[in-house]
Amino acid sequence: MSIRIEHVSKSYSAYPALDDVSLSIGDGEFVALLGPSGSGKTTLLRILAGLEVPEQGIVCFGDRDVTNDKPASRGIGFVFQHYALFGHMTVAQNIAFGLNVMARRIRPSRRAISDRVEELLELVQLPGLGSRYPSQLSGGQRQRVALARALARNPRILLLDEPFGALDAKVRRELREALRVIHNELGLTSIFVTHDHEEAFTLADRVALLNQGKIEQFDTPRQVESAPATDFVRAFLD
Amino acid sequence: MPAAGLRELPIIKALLIAGAIGYVALILLLPLGAVLTEAFKQGSSAWMAAISTPDALSSIKLTLIVAAISVVLNTIFGIAAAWAIAKFDFRGKAALVALIELPFSVSPVVSGLVFVLMFGAQGWFGPWLEAHDIHIIFALPGLVLATLFVTFPFVARQLIPLMTSQGRTDEEAALTLGASGWQTFWHVTLPNIRFALLYGVLLCNARAMGEFGAVSVVSGHIRGETNTMPLQVEALYNDYDFVGAFAVASLLTLLALVTLGLKTALEWRHRDQLAAPH
Repeated sequence: MSIRIEHVSKSYSAYPALDDVSLSIGDGEFVALLGPSGSGKTTLLRILAGLEVPEQGIVCFGDRDVTNDKPASRGIGFVFQHYALFGHMTVAQNIAFGLNVMARRIRPSRRAISDRVEELLELVQLPGLGSRYPSQLSGGQRQRVALARALARNPRILLLDEPFGALDAKVRRELREALRVIHNELGLTSIFVTHDHEEAFTLADRVALLNQGKIEQFDTPRQVESAPATDFVRAFLD
Repeated sequence: MPAAGLRELPIIKALLIAGAIGYVALILLLPLGAVLTEAFKQGSSAWMAAISTPDALSSIKLTLIVAAISVVLNTIFGIAAAWAIAKFDFRGKAALVALIELPFSVSPVVSGLVFVLMFGAQGWFGPWLEAHDIHIIFALPGLVLATLFVTFPFVARQLIPLMTSQGRTDEEAALTLGASGWQTFWHVTLPNIRFALLYGVLLCNARAMGEFGAVSVVSGHIRGETNTMPLQVEALYNDYDFVGAFAVASLLTLLALVTLGLKTALEWRHRDQLAAPH
């Protein structure tokens, strides 16, 4: 699903976190929000998720204005840096959470939910681990569970906040590839936040570079590398 | 093997251990033993008779009612306060945290007295209450108010540090997964805090049942009506009815032991969660 962000601003007490940001993302695109800490990239992602509300501007998913919609009704999946798995639930219960909290008249049957959980565990390459608890899994496995959980309700948009930030290099590479495959397979529109430009360039179709709440450049990795739009971009890539 | 400087002579080690055990025995075990010995001095049938007099039974019932109301209200308030303080930023948060702790530093007698000043016959609202035939002081509502005040911080204080360290991410995850606010609280927040909550409730209950100073001021000491167990113990003791006094006291002691047992069992069974919330 396409995403349109128009003139979005947001400030925390005194300093602006986002300053008149506009961005248009096509259906099926894989976009990285790249920038140093404090650049506003996470704030932008959280606004897309509905976890923050912009002071100005609008956010549209397709033709729908979702600016004031709650996270629950946006049709998104969100993956947190530190997984945010529910420690008192098994892997299967974590993945089923989004389905179990649905209103009774639209909730799938118990059977359908457990089939869906199995399907998702296959998708993230963790078949058979449904009865484990998150504390019994490695970091990479936990993030895969978090991904499966975020996908349970079939979101059209997947938002990821530094999804590989807490993982070591090898696991990071494997998970990156898995994520790209899942993105393509499900036809998602995905946006992930990172401060690592190598990661952004290898994974994303287009990269939005943020600095001090503004977008410095939004382009394909090749274009950003060959023609940096500003001094900041040039310095950041070095 | 500890470093040479840390090694104790066996004799010093033995003395230290003996000293610690002796101190605990003298200060904690001896009085506890004394209560039980005195209570059963004339046999268990005398004990049974002493705790089943109408006044004793009435004090037990009153204590249970007061504790039940106070624990439920302070649990609801404690969760709400801890939730607000841990999960949201607002002006005056530090002041609220300090206020919650206030009852710990106020003498219980003063805690009782403030309610007499407000609702007593000569108090601010006294004439109005009298005109409308509402009894607060020297009645159940006063006992509940005084107990509420004294046990106010127990649950909140237990939860605030834990919930602050847990942050908001789990709740945000639940919201993005489509849960409502209530579902998030019930399925995510509550399980995350359940052991600390249980712990706070236990401590709150022990204090609510054992409170003497504050309830003493507002009770009026009407036997069979406004005497809770601790007040009944004092009344019987002043009557030189030692078996009666110690019999009721032994019930309170039993409560303390049960609380301690539950608390220890809880700590032992869930030591992982209590030590590291994640």
